[in-house]
Order: sequence, then C-alpha cells, then structure tokens
Amino acid sequence: MTAVGKLQFKPLNFGRWVLWGFTAIVFIAAPQVFGSGFARALLSQMGIMIIFALSYNMLLGQTGLLSFGHAVYSGLGAYFAIHALALIGKGALLFPVSLLPLVGGAAGLAFGVVFGWLTTKRAGTTFAMISLGIGEMVFAASLMFPGFFGGEAGISGNRGAGPPFLGIAGLSFGPDIQIYYLIATWTFICMIAMFALTHTPLGRIANAVRDNPERAEFIGYDAQRVRWIMMMLSGFFAGVSGGLSAINLESVGSGAVHAVVSGGVLLAAFIGGVLFFFGPILGAIVFVFFAFALSEYTPAWHLYLGVFFVLLVMFAPGGLSSLLLLNLRVARFGKFRRLRDPYVGVLGAGAALAAGVVLLIEMTYHLTLGIGTGSSVRVFGFPFDAARGESWVFAASLVVASGMAFEYMRRRFKREWDAIAVEIEDWRRDNPEEDQ
Amino acid sequence: MSSTPAAALQLVDVRKRFGRTEIIRGISLAIGTGERHAIIGPNGAGKSTLFNLVSGRFHADSGEILLNGAAITRRKPFEINRMGLARSFQITNIFPKLSVFENLRCAVLWSLGYRYSFWHNLNRLADAEQHAEALLQRIGLRRRRNIQAGLLTYAEQRALEIGVTIAGGAQLVLLDEPTAGMSRSETARAVALIREVTEGRTLVMIEHDMSVVFGLADRISVVVYGEVIASGRPEQIRADPRVKEAYLGQPAGGD
Repeated sequence: MTAVGKLQFKPLNFGRWVLWGFTAIVFIAAPQVFGSGFARALLSQMGIMIIFALSYNMLLGQTGLLSFGHAVYSGLGAYFAIHALALIGKGALLFPVSLLPLVGGAAGLAFGVVFGWLTTKRAGTTFAMISLGIGEMVFAASLMFPGFFGGEAGISGNRGAGPPFLGIAGLSFGPDIQIYYLIATWTFICMIAMFALTHTPLGRIANAVRDNPERAEFIGYDAQRVRWIMMMLSGFFAGVSGGLSAINLESVGSGAVHAVVSGGVLLAAFIGGVLFFFGPILGAIVFVFFAFALSEYTPAWHLYLGVFFVLLVMFAPGGLSSLLLLNLRVARFGKFRRLRDPYVGVLGAGAALAAGVVLLIEMTYHLTLGIGTGSSVRVFGFPFDAARGESWVFAASLVVASGMAFEYMRRRFKREWDAIAVEIEDWRRDNPEEDQ
Repeated sequence: MSSTPAAALQLVDVRKRFGRTEIIRGISLAIGTGERHAIIGPNGAGKSTLFNLVSGRFHADSGEILLNGAAITRRKPFEINRMGLARSFQITNIFPKLSVFENLRCAVLWSLGYRYSFWHNLNRLADAEQHAEALLQRIGLRRRRNIQAGLLTYAEQRALEIGVTIAGGAQLVLLDEPTAGMSRSETARAVALIREVTEGRTLVMIEHDMSVVFGLADRISVVVYGEVIASGRPEQIRADPRVKEAYLGQPAGGD
C-alpha cells in the first residue's frame, strides 16, 4: 500500500520541480521583460514583500497566531543591517554586502527569541493584543533612542560599499539590475527554505497546534514551545526581508517598525490567502502593486486597496490562492468550459462597474484635493472635467447601468458555479478513496 | 521506594475543588500493569475530572498521583504523555483541518524522537509513515486516509480519536467514554478495536454502557459524588449492595 502511495506522490514531486524551475525563470526574466528603472524597483519590492508575507504566514496560516506587530522583526532586522552597512562603508567592518540579510535575519531571530517568549504563552486574542503592544513599544523606542534609530532622518548607508561581489569588478550592487538579482536570489532561497519548513516535523506540528493546541499537548508537544520556535524562525525570515529592504533603499527610518507595515503584511497575507503556502506570494505581488505602483498614479490607492480587500474577504475569504485552486479544481473535472461565458459576463460587467466607480472617486479626489491643478482629470487615459456636470452624469450612469448588469451576471455565474460545486461534491461522495 | 513492583497508576487521597464545590473528595486507587479498568458512576460523579487530574489537564489540590511509581501530580500534559500516559476525550478532540493520515503521523512524531525538528523532511521519515499507515489500517480508516479529519462521520472520528491516543505507544491509555453516542453495531466495532489496540497495555476507561464495561473490564471502580464507593472484579461489583443502591438504582437484594 505504501508503494501505491509513493507512486501517487511522484508526479506531484515532479510538478514541484517544474514549478520551482518556472519560478526561477520568471525571477531571472522579469527585469529583462520589464526593463524600466521603475519596474525593476517594483520587482525588488515584490521580492522583499514575498519573503515578509511568507514569514508572516508561518505564524498566521501555519501556527494560527494572528500578529499585529510583525514589522518589529523586519524593521529591527533592517536597522541592524543598515548599521552594519554603514560600518562597512566606514571600513570598520569586513562583511560582504550580499550577506547582510543574514545580519537582519539574526536580529529578527534574536528579537523573536525575546518577544516570542513573552507572547507565545497564549494564543488567540491574547497573543494578538500582546503583539500589538510590543509593536507600539518598539515604535515608541524608535523615537526615544535617536542614537540607534536615527530619529526623524533615520539611518542611511551606501549599498555599493565594500569590495565587489566575489571580487568581480563592477558587481557592487549599485546598479538597480544588480540589486534586483541579489534580492531575487535571496527571495528564491527563502521561499524554498520556508516551503521546506512546512514539510518538517515542526512545520506539521505547528499545524496541529493551530488546529487544536490542547490535543497537541496530549500527544507530547509543548504548544508554547512550538509557537515560540515558529516565532523565532518567522522572525529570522522577516529580518532577512528587512535586511534586503535596508540594502535596497540604503536607508531605514522609524517607519520600518510602524504598525502600518504590520497591517500591510497582514493585508498581503490575507489577499493571497493563508491556507496555502503560495497564497502570501500572490498577496505580496498584489499588495506591492497597490502600494508602490498604483500609488504613483493616484492618492486614492488606499481606498482601492481597502475596497479590494473588503470584496475579497466577502466573496473569497480564502484569498486569491483558494480562488485559483477552486477554479483549477473545476478545470480538473472538465467543467471549466461551462464557466467561460458566465466569466466573460461577470468580468466584463465588473470591469465597467469598476471603471465607473474609479471615475467617480478620481473626480471627487480631484475636486477635494487637487484644486491647484485645475478640474481636468485623466482616467484610463481619457480626460474628464470634474467641474462639468456631464462628467458626473456619465460616471453615475455608467455605475448604475453596469451595476445592474453586474448583479445579473453575478447571479448567473453563481448559479452555474454552485451547480458545478454540487456535482463535484456528489462525485467525491461516491468515490471516497479518490484524492480530490 | 518500595521493592514491590509499582502499580501502573496509583492515586493517593486525591482531592480537587472548583470554587466551593469539592468535586473529587479523596480518591485512592491502584491500577495494576496490564489491567483493563473501567470507571463507572452517575453523571456528575467526577469521572472526567478524575481523568483530567491524572492526565495533567487540571492539577489536584492535594494528594498524590503516581505513574509507574513516579509522581505526576504537578506535571504538565505533555510531560505526562512523554512518561507513557495517553488519553482520549469524551468530546472528540482531533486536528480537524489535517488529514486522517496527518493526524496519526503527528501523534507518532514525539515518541519516534523527532521532537521539534525542522531539519528532517517529513515525507522521508519511513518509520513515521509506516507507524501511521499501520495505525490507519488498525482503526479501519485506510479508505479515508486523505480526508480532512473534521469531515469524518462521528463514529470514524471516535475511531481516529482512539488511533491518535494510542499512536505514541503509551503504556497507560485513558479512554473517556469511547462508545458514547454510537449505535449498537458501531459500539461492537469500537469494543473490538479497543480490545485489540490496548493489548499488552494498561487501560482505564470511563464508560456508561454496561455491556461494554462488563465485557471488557478486568476490574471496575464505581465513583459516586467524587468518591470511590467500590472497586473490584466485575462479579463483585455486580453483587455489591452499595453499588446497586447508589448507582444501578436498584434496592439491595432485588435483581
């Protein structure tokens, strides 16, 4: 019977190699396809955020610990890394810049040991509240001790400092393409390490503690110890992401340990979905798109992110990853064709509705915030005059018409989707030994 | 301590109160190695509380609890488990989001010495896998291997509960109402399973179903209002007038 089990696992492992290989190719090719400085900066941010969000999900998705203070570990990791970078710049420290994320990781790990010991005695709301308190405490400390935290200006360094990488002249991590590949390499290594962790005794017992801490104690495991170790390891990877951020931006300010960062990583993890390992990767990419790309175009990006988040939590509480897997399941059962037309309808109407809403929001923002720049506003490349009634009538009609169409399409889609879900469940009930 | 072999489990004048109510009022009990011991008594007698004290879920206010002669009175559940005591729960207590197989594999990890390892690949641990597969077979859930445990039927969850309890190879097994809520045929299957998996171990079980108790137990203790009013072989318990009066609800002498 075990032999059969092994045979079943082989294609999965093969698929895993293909998936990691594909990821590596994407990492290598991305800055060549998107060659502008802005795109590369964005890709670098995505890499850092992927590590940060995955480290966060080691707590939330895998161990069941809802933290409101994860910026403590990335932020302090960033501070230690930037101090090390400054020392390298002064010639006071001989340490390769490429390994600085390890300094951040060590700091994150050390603070994970200290704060983890304080916070992991209890799970649930108690843990969440203490993590919030520690986050506030560290932020307050960052303003109280300007010697270490650099006060308002923060601490800065020069990532081109020190001898070139592996002694190769020109490999100084100064150019954005070089820093991108440094970040991509670290991201790839951290992704594999964190994925591997989910397939270890500790990783699985963390799931058990998440599901039922009391039962875990009756099979020999100290639930607090499990949470604590997970917290240390999570702190390490968060620290690595902070260290990379320090090298990338060459400066770290008190904003790095702010609750906004802790909230951001929570959003990113939830957007991608905490139930699957790769969820936070998707979430990190989407989050960086909102926070770093969309913010270049509109001050309303917070609003869009908030609306997106609310809609996602309402309609797909498992996040993008579960949405993706549910669709893959429909496809595996050969029923995706039936969803094609409903999808076209619902996405088409949804896009029109979104366009109308965006137009209203942008014109409102323009009137309330952008008075100095006139009343003309470009939305999706089209000029609209926010001072003219026609623009508002147009936007409002678009919202109403596409809203009605969307609701109709949504119901049509839901009917078909639910019918397919029932068929799949029926099939699974009749074939209990088959895997999904 | 003494030269005579220690009892598998010994309780010496154990007491526990919640608020002003004394739930366990001085229980002393010795259970021999390899014995199948049933604890019976009316609802609210303190049977489950007794299990909670022995397994470390609660701590006794006074008295002493010894596992193979070693004091476990103030120990934590995971420490007591590592010393060779495992328990099941009256209300099913498994890992609902993990698969049936993962439930069992988690339950064997500590006893195989993997502790908190994050340097072993779980899927390469042949011993853990074999143990879990063997357990799967024994509790009759092989066809349900990859189902989320929370989606099993009630009787299946009870079987898994027993599987998780015995997985670590504990020498003393406490089962809290393993057949509660089961149909007659499910109960028969559960009894056969319990008989099989506790072979060579010491078993203490709380049970309400008298056919199960008298069919399975070597000795029976009757707990009423936090005290053991009788303890002995099944035929002694059946004949004991105090038991008949206090628990079986029949006047002494009738039958």
